[in-house]
This record gives sequence, C-alpha cells and structure tokens, in this order.
Amino acid sequence: MSSTDSEAVEAAADRNDEQVDGDGRPHGRAGESASADGGQLGAIPRFDVTLRIRRYSAEDAEDGKPAEARWQEFTVTVNGTDRVLDALHKIKWEQDGSLTFRRSCAHGVCGSDAMRINGVNRLACKVLVKDVNPDKPITVEPIKGLPVEKDLVVDMEPFFQSYREVMPFLITSGHEPTRERKQSQEERARFDDTTKCILCAACTSSCPVFWTDGQYFGPAAIVNAHRFIFDSRDEGADVRLEVLNDREGVWRCRTTFNCSEACPRGIQVTKAIHEVKRALLTRSV
Amino acid sequence: MAAPSLEAPRSTPYRRSTSRRSNYEMYSWLFMRLSGAVLVVLVIGHLFVNLMVGDGISGLDFGFVAGKWASPFWQVWDLAMLWLAMIHGSNGVRTIINDYAQRDMTRIVLKTLVLVALVFTVVLGTLVIFTFEPCPVGPDGAFLEGVPSFCTS
Ligand code: HEM
Ligand code: SF4
Ligand code: FES
Repeated sequence: MSSTDSEAVEAAADRNDEQVDGDGRPHGRAGESASADGGQLGAIPRFDVTLRIRRYSAEDAEDGKPAEARWQEFTVTVNGTDRVLDALHKIKWEQDGSLTFRRSCAHGVCGSDAMRINGVNRLACKVLVKDVNPDKPITVEPIKGLPVEKDLVVDMEPFFQSYREVMPFLITSGHEPTRERKQSQEERARFDDTTKCILCAACTSSCPVFWTDGQYFGPAAIVNAHRFIFDSRDEGADVRLEVLNDREGVWRCRTTFNCSEACPRGIQVTKAIHEVKRALLTRSV
Repeated sequence: MAAPSLEAPRSTPYRRSTSRRSNYEMYSWLFMRLSGAVLVVLVIGHLFVNLMVGDGISGLDFGFVAGKWASPFWQVWDLAMLWLAMIHGSNGVRTIINDYAQRDMTRIVLKTLVLVALVFTVVLGTLVIFTFEPCPVGPDGAFLEGVPSFCTS
C-alpha cells in the first residue's frame, strides 16, 4: 500500500486495494503493460466518476417550509473493480460524512442497500461502477414508493407490514414429528427460486402499481408467500392464498416484469406471482 | 418506542382498508383476459369487413351499415363487441382509478361517472342495434336517399 492510497486505507477491508498497483503512475488497462513492467501485471484501471445523488434531510426545513429533496454531485476516483457502494463509501468517508445510506454485508446477502441507480433498482454492493456508464454522472436515488427518511434511506415498515401479513413461516397441524419433515427433491424444487429472497425491496419499489397504490401487497410479499404456498411441508396455503386474493393482492399485478428485472437474486418474480394467481384460479397448489 | 410521532401520517397511504373476502378481483382479472381474447377476433373482423372487403373504406355509408344490421349475424357481432368493449374498457378504467385516486370519495365519484357512461352507452347502443330502421321513409312516403338496395327491390 503506497502513500497515495493511504487516505483510503479504511476502505481497504472490502476493496481489492491489494491488487491496485500503488506506484502513483497512471495505469494501463489490465494486462496491457504486463511485459513492460512486471509490477503492472493485472493492474486495475482507475478513473474519475461523478455520482449525482438525490439528497433529503428533514433538518433542511426552513421557516416552517418542509424540506425538499435536492441533487448533489460528487466526483471520486475509483478502481475498475469498485462497486457503486465503494463510491458511496468514498464520498461518505472522504467528502461528506452526512451522506446517509444503508448497507450491512456489502456482498449482496443482507438486502440493505437497494437503490435506484441510473433509474433502475440495484443493490449498490452488486453493481460495478464501470458497468453503469461512468462517462456520464451516475444518478443514485432512494428506491421509489416508500417514504424517504434521509438521503437514500427509506422507511421499510410498509414493506415489512405486507411481508408479515402473508405469514412467512411454516404452518402445520398435528404433532411435531420426532424427525425432520421429509420432502422429495421435486417437491423442494417447486419453490426453490423464491427461497432466495433477501427482502431488499428492489422488486416492490420497482413496481408501477406500488408507486401509485401503496396498499398493494407488492411482489416481495407474494414471492415470500409463494415460498410457503408451494412447500409440501406447509399447511397454510389456503390462508395465504386468501390473503393474496385481496383487492390489493395478486390481481393488482399488471405483469410489467419490472420486478423480475430488478431482483438482485435473479428470482423470476413475475413467474412466481403468476403461479400464485393460477393457484387461486384453480384453488389447488 | 422509536419515533411514534411520525408513524400515523406516514402509514396512511399504505394502510389497507379491511380486506374483503370475495373473488371479485379474481373474476375481474379473468374477464379482462377472456374478453380481450374475444375482442381481438371481433375488432379485427369488424375492421376487416368494414375497411378492407369490397370497396373498402369508400364503400362505407348509411346503406352499408343498414345492410349489416339487417342481418342477425352482424347484430349479434356488433352487440357482443359493444358490450365486451364497454365492460372491458370501463373495468380497465376502474383499475386505473384504483391506481391513482387515493381518497375514498374521489374513487367513488370517478367510478360512478364511469358506470354512468357505461350504462348510457351500452343501453343506447343496444337500442340502436335492435331498433334500427334500415329503410327509412321520408314524409312523402318515399325511401330516403342512400338506403340499401334491398329496400327498393
Ligand atoms: C383488442 C383486443 C384487446 C385485448 C386483447 C385486450 C386485453 C387487455 C388485457 C389483458 C388487459 C388487462 C391488463 C392487465 O391487467 O395487466 C386490458 C386492460 C385494459 N383494456 Fe384492453 N384489450 C383489448 C381491447 C380493449 C378495448 C377495445 C378497450 C377500450 C374500450 C380496452 C381498454 C382497456 C383498459 C382501459 C385497460 C386497463 C389498462 C390498465 O390496466 O392499465 N381494451 N386489456
Ligand atoms: S424478490 Fe428479489 S428484489 Fe424482491 S425483495 Fe426478494 S431479493 Fe429483493
Ligand atoms: S449491503 Fe448487504 S446486500 Fe448490499
């Protein structure tokens, strides 16, 4: 680690700084200059990128006027391997400590950092800066349809309220078995896709129906209901189907596929919603 | 507990009114698809016969329409198209009202307007299809100009 990189040392833990050639000279593209200088092997390009971030703080309220959201641009130097989350970290740690966003695992597992990046919902920790056209300012906004608390942090409570309402837990009757509840591979495969959800809300907050009608259960609640409705060990399918037969349930879905497009786990959300619709139409799972 | 003072106003647009146990939305969803499929046939058939067959669009006049409505086949065709398109379209607009109108009162007013327009158009259209006089006569007892040829023969 050279002195040029030392100010970013706090960030090194989850960045590949070890791989960065820290000689302070401009780098060629990875591999290009390998023969010229052995130290350049695998060097990672660095470039400047501007992030245009939608900021909001209730504290900005002036003389009784409510605070308004505003756009603010930050320019940072990032590595070719950096993700949008790394760029946000750099801004927060080196330029403006008041920038507020959620993140926890930083590796696409916890679902904390869904945000609208260049107009589409993504996990900031899963999208590389170089993949979202860094030649132009990259817009970063909070996910849509949920109340903004500060900057990129939204109130997730309405989202989790819908999640709770579909009863995302095993419902059984009779005595607890003394051994595990058995299931064939085929039975397990039926709901495999929907077990992958990390509750990031990227899908629900990409849904145009949810944008205008916050009472809609939303794709994520349906995905998590699907997880149990099609589980052969579970006996609560009818109750969950009845919940989703609501005026604000699955029939609100207009098949826009935004949710499937947004899901960072690659869950086929629209297909799951359709399977729930079909189960309701045929009253069988 | 955490910030209870902010909770009430924020959760309002998200709070679901007590759920109603009915299959209404399911049948509405099913109807949109079934009527849509039938409408494809009815509308394309209608456009084809009116605009492409024979003289095409230049053959379209009072006599042409009167000739069609003299036949029970086209009466039923147009009746089905009228009812299905109107119910399908009104139900679609109902969905859009549910999307955008947040206050209960706004929803009720808008949906009432849609319902009134639906009933008015369907009743008037049905009346016209069945009471249509293909061979109208003037005060002098002679057929008016432009009546279909079968009136005079
Ligand atoms: C020609 C064949 C047609 C087909 C196949 C068709 C099909 C559909 C379907 C499947 C939907 C439901 C969309 C959804 O819930 O995701 C829909 C919605 C709708 N349809 Fe049709 N339709 C047809 C003709 C018409 C006509 C003639 C009208 C107007 C009179 C109309 C007006 C609407 C409206 C207003 C909606 C609601 C749009 C929305 O949900 O945002 N459609 N149509
Ligand atoms: S279905 Fe995908 S997009 Fe939706 S909450 Fe789960 S992980 Fe996130
Ligand atoms: S920070 Fe955990 S999913 Fe991105």
